[in-house]
Amino acid sequence: MSNKGAWERVQIARKMNRPTAAYYIEKLFTSFLELHGDRNYADDSAIIGGIAMFEGKPVTVIAEEKGKDLSEKQKRNFGMPNPEGYRKALRLMKQAEKFNRPIICFIDTSGAYCGVGAEERGQGEAIATNLMEMMALKVPVVSVVIGEGGSGGALAIGVANRVAMLENAVYSILSPEGFSAILWKDSTKAPQAAGVMKITAEELLSLNIIEAIIAEPEEGAHQDPKMVAEGVREYLNKTLTELTALDGETLSEQRYQRFRSL
Amino acid sequence: MLKDMFQNKKNEKPPVKSTVASPSANIPDKMWVACPGCGRMIYDKLYTQNLKVCPMCGYHIPMSANERIDMVFDKNSFERFEYQIPTSDPLQFPQYKEKLQSYKTKSKLDDAVICGVGSICGIKTAVCVMDNSFMMASMGYIVGESITRTVEYATENKLPIIIFATSGGARMQEGIVSLMQMAKVSGAIKKHSDKGLLYITVITHPTTGGVTASFASLGDVIIAEAGALLGFAGQRVIEQTINQKLPKNFQSAEFALQHGFVDIITQRKKLNDVLWKVLSIHCS
Repeated sequence: MSNKGAWERVQIARKMNRPTAAYYIEKLFTSFLELHGDRNYADDSAIIGGIAMFEGKPVTVIAEEKGKDLSEKQKRNFGMPNPEGYRKALRLMKQAEKFNRPIICFIDTSGAYCGVGAEERGQGEAIATNLMEMMALKVPVVSVVIGEGGSGGALAIGVANRVAMLENAVYSILSPEGFSAILWKDSTKAPQAAGVMKITAEELLSLNIIEAIIAEPEEGAHQDPKMVAEGVREYLNKTLTELTALDGETLSEQRYQRFRSL
Repeated sequence: MLKDMFQNKKNEKPPVKSTVASPSANIPDKMWVACPGCGRMIYDKLYTQNLKVCPMCGYHIPMSANERIDMVFDKNSFERFEYQIPTSDPLQFPQYKEKLQSYKTKSKLDDAVICGVGSICGIKTAVCVMDNSFMMASMGYIVGESITRTVEYATENKLPIIIFATSGGARMQEGIVSLMQMAKVSGAIKKHSDKGLLYITVITHPTTGGVTASFASLGDVIIAEAGALLGFAGQRVIEQTINQKLPKNFQSAEFALQHGFVDIITQRKKLNDVLWKVLSIHCS
């Protein structure tokens, strides 16, 4: 692991040219078919969901997608999901459970979207329902934080049997800017906040919030996306081999105990 | 008001105590109290008798957890769970332990929630009551762990559970550990629910952030006290995000009801009636 400060990792995790979920989906899966909509209100393009083959076996994929260029970022609301995104995710997870296939989630969001419509449509309820229902899923759930893991917006697809982070990804209760604004009344102290918040993969591994760290090249994933994708493949392959050997009850109980101990 | 007195005669329940009994519980030792809603002065005794609701404007002043327990549960029926959970300071955040200690001394609470079992008109239920005077009832490890243990107790003992929610959100000083409490409590509620047991959420003013995005939104029946704010994101954050002023009743209990996120809005004086009805339909 390279020796970088937390704020430096935040900058890398937010880099414009950092590979987003769509890149990993393209590299890791075959026959990916995107499925849209929450069957209730809308399709949220901040979350990509679908079915695919991974190493010859069917899986369901859920991913927060920030978009590559500016116009795609706008289309994807910069990766900040609305309630319908979380409801789509849950719909597809229940579908995965029905057909007994593992669920792979890629987390990359600065947070759930804060807007009037999001509140009107129950952002809090949507996240809460995912936390509750994901806990009981009878199939393996693996989440990988590939960039930013922003608070409830990340956790809403992060109630997994195993959680891994890319080396420069961050996962936090709030952005360092928000944290310093709330606790120190000064949002310019974000770099110092990042230093105390324990948001890096290494720190979160030592707090048992995650189980594994996937290596990145020195400058970050954008320097050699293929290498990082191979690391993710290897991790998912190994983890899913372990988890698919367990029965449904064991999987949901293991997931509960994982969070119960935190 | 008069109309209210003649309603609901059909489902009459045994009489319950309707005043706040404990004189020690956070009531200022003054003759008059200023209403935060209309600013008018209320005679202290009248304010207490009226369950801390302003007799002039109807504003529901937040209650402490102890006052709430006195108001809701049958006399002498409440047993408090003393969990003795050690303080969590995962970030070793400067002055956090001292801050907690000063809140503990001031409030005589271990943290922002009181848990236990009690009876409402003879129906036994587990309960967690959050207290906004303790660090805005933010949820850190102790709050999450206390609620989880109480939900698990209810599951094991086949009891319903009522959670009185109020919260400023996650306990920032505990960082990611406070986020994980959301998943932990929600998981415990799922196990309780899967046993066919009843969970009632009472939304009290204000309920926001990570508590809204976890157990406060998961009740089989969600009751909001009149005037309670219920929302996920803070209003200032939303205004900054969308660069617009928010509508007047935004995130009010009425707003939540209109949009389908609470079952009932009730005046505080009718809360016991509503709780009893819901409990008696499920638990008798």
